Amino acid sequence: MEKIKIFSRFERFWHWTQMATVILLTITGFEIHGNYTLFGFEASVRLHNAAAITFIILGIITIFWLIVTGQYKNFIPTTEKFKEQIQYYTSGIFKGASHPTKKSFGNKLNPLQRVIYLGLLILIFPVQTITGLLYMYYHYPQNPIDANGLWFAVVAHTFGAFLMVAFVIVHVYMTTTGHRLSTNIKAMISGYEEEPAEEHKTDNQPA
Amino acid sequence: MNNILQKITSFLVVLVLPALVIFATVHFGNKRGIPEKFEYQNRADIEKKVDHAEFEILQQEFKRPQDLTAACLSCHNKRDDELMASAHWRWERETTLPNGRGTVTIGKKNLINNFCASAESNNGSCMRCHIGYDWKDKTFDFEDPTNLDCLVCHDNTDTYKKRKGGAGMPATAENATAEFPVPDYNYVAQNVGKPLKENCGFCHFHGGGGNNVKHGDLEEAMLNCSRYVDVHMAKAGQDMSCNDCHLTERHNITGRAYSVSSENNNRAYCESCHTNTPHNDKVIDMHNHKVACQTCHIPIYAKANPTVMYWDWSVAGRTDENGNKITEYDVNHKYSYLSIKGKFVWDDNVKPDYMWFNGTADHFLYGDTISEIPVKINTLMGSYEDRDSKIWPVKIHRGKQPYDVETKEIVNVNVFAEKPGQGAFWEDLRWDTAIQIGMEYVGRYYSGQHDFVSTEMFWPLNHQVSPKEHTLKCTDCHTRSEDGRLANLAGFYLPGRDYAKGVDYTGFAIIIISLLGVVLHSVMRIVARKN
Repeated sequence: MEKIKIFSRFERFWHWTQMATVILLTITGFEIHGNYTLFGFEASVRLHNAAAITFIILGIITIFWLIVTGQYKNFIPTTEKFKEQIQYYTSGIFKGASHPTKKSFGNKLNPLQRVIYLGLLILIFPVQTITGLLYMYYHYPQNPIDANGLWFAVVAHTFGAFLMVAFVIVHVYMTTTGHRLSTNIKAMISGYEEEPAEEHKTDNQPA
Repeated sequence: MNNILQKITSFLVVLVLPALVIFATVHFGNKRGIPEKFEYQNRADIEKKVDHAEFEILQQEFKRPQDLTAACLSCHNKRDDELMASAHWRWERETTLPNGRGTVTIGKKNLINNFCASAESNNGSCMRCHIGYDWKDKTFDFEDPTNLDCLVCHDNTDTYKKRKGGAGMPATAENATAEFPVPDYNYVAQNVGKPLKENCGFCHFHGGGGNNVKHGDLEEAMLNCSRYVDVHMAKAGQDMSCNDCHLTERHNITGRAYSVSSENNNRAYCESCHTNTPHNDKVIDMHNHKVACQTCHIPIYAKANPTVMYWDWSVAGRTDENGNKITEYDVNHKYSYLSIKGKFVWDDNVKPDYMWFNGTADHFLYGDTISEIPVKINTLMGSYEDRDSKIWPVKIHRGKQPYDVETKEIVNVNVFAEKPGQGAFWEDLRWDTAIQIGMEYVGRYYSGQHDFVSTEMFWPLNHQVSPKEHTLKCTDCHTRSEDGRLANLAGFYLPGRDYAKGVDYTGFAIIIISLLGVVLHSVMRIVARKN
């Protein structure tokens, strides 16, 4: 077995902080939405608003980091091995086939992940942020732009939240599809992934 | 060694730092601001009072109250000009109606209500609350300053009570009773001062013919109430007087009652003292963009004594077998039926209705015809889309009152007369003559055919502010419950109350499909592995 550096310290901090923030946003958000009572409506509103600010600050730092390190390239979609990746999840995985894409520090996402995560980054996150900010601060929704009582904004925000929950469910499950059940999660904790020895790579990974 | 360092680093970036961020988020986010303690010194405590007992002119014998007014004005000159321009004197003012209905001269004098229908033609009874002497009919001289009654507002002895049925004239030797004796003019005049709540309350508590009949949030109990009933006026609390909020400059009193007012000006605002960020808390303060202070801070009204919610004139006039007028009482010992007035429904500790309101109101005027039932006697203007509108707590007074079947106009009724046989309803219980006289007095046509129509009046609530422990809580409005305070206020999205069914159902479907997919996929993996 060979240990390969996949995730930097910042990426791991980013991932787990974002996870906690998203969970907090989800739990409080659905309480505000009226689905259950947990913290109490007022506490949920306060926590939701505070978590939103944390989420936005983290987002700004992360965008900066992605740009200056060039790691944003990980999220650029590719058609290469796209079909193979789908075939792996729909059939290969049941036959014990090996992963069609190999992970590395410069290529940490498979073609499917690239599309899904890019969607998350440029669709769900900005929509949630903009609609959320509108609802927090745009209290005269007719002036200057008629936002029709923010109906569209809140409906979009709610739908985004449902998509987010669905993403988390599938995302957590997908962590079990690594070389072993725990391989992916371990990588997100230690930063290193254990690859089978025969697929040994010689290039030295940056820390 | 390297391995241990890596583990420590991982521990820091994966657990410690994220935990710190979340802790900080929760710690700084979940905090309610602490309102700044608000200090107010009542005007009565800081204003020096002149000792009127020293003035010789007030030591003379006053035969008529008008002579006393003349004495007042001999020092307080020009105050009569201020008063005679006021709505308290004219009972009407020039005003612009919303909905492009133009400029009209309206007020208490010539507006219809759904209590006793209208003041005009009932001067003896209604004009008891006019700030003048003897507006008993159209001959009253509005240009004679000695007709002004200074005492009714400035008496600080609590002994100046004008008799019933006297059109604003105090009792004279001929008609004095134990309850309403001839006032001791020298005593009262030598003890005048700024109006006390007793002065304002003499009229404003008793509109509609009894304590708390009309407003629901203004009544006798507030002369001596607990903080629970009214935080501002409570004897054991701030003990404020009416004019501490209804600031008055040169007899122009701020404040609007939208049963008679139409324009968004000269109002008394909570914000004048409390500012528009009184909670020192962003989320709560921002509610004020769309929610009036009153909405949360007056969770119920008629807290001490009941108020009339429903008044049905259509069943008035019933007598017992001997033709005598009858009175029936409800369980709270309030009259539920009076031959002279009809059926009443009282209620106390009432939850308000909630409406969008921008400070302007329309009115059902003489000559307006019924186009919708129930007829809106006054209409509070406002909507979610309107920048100036806020959600406001309102008392809705419903009832049935007579209208002309032919013209579809709501009619004036002469209810009051000093004695029977003159056609007044309270004396003779006959609608035709009572309406005829009422309509004639104001110069309106009456076909002779009447029936009764359901009407509504809207009274924005401003008084009986509760202590902060009793204000509305978030989930009183932000709830899917049908009992939510704003359950019926449509036209905007309220978090916690509203949701788009399609989006929610689709969303849950996506979540369930994701879960099923995950379960199916993992089962297939397990099965495949075993094989």
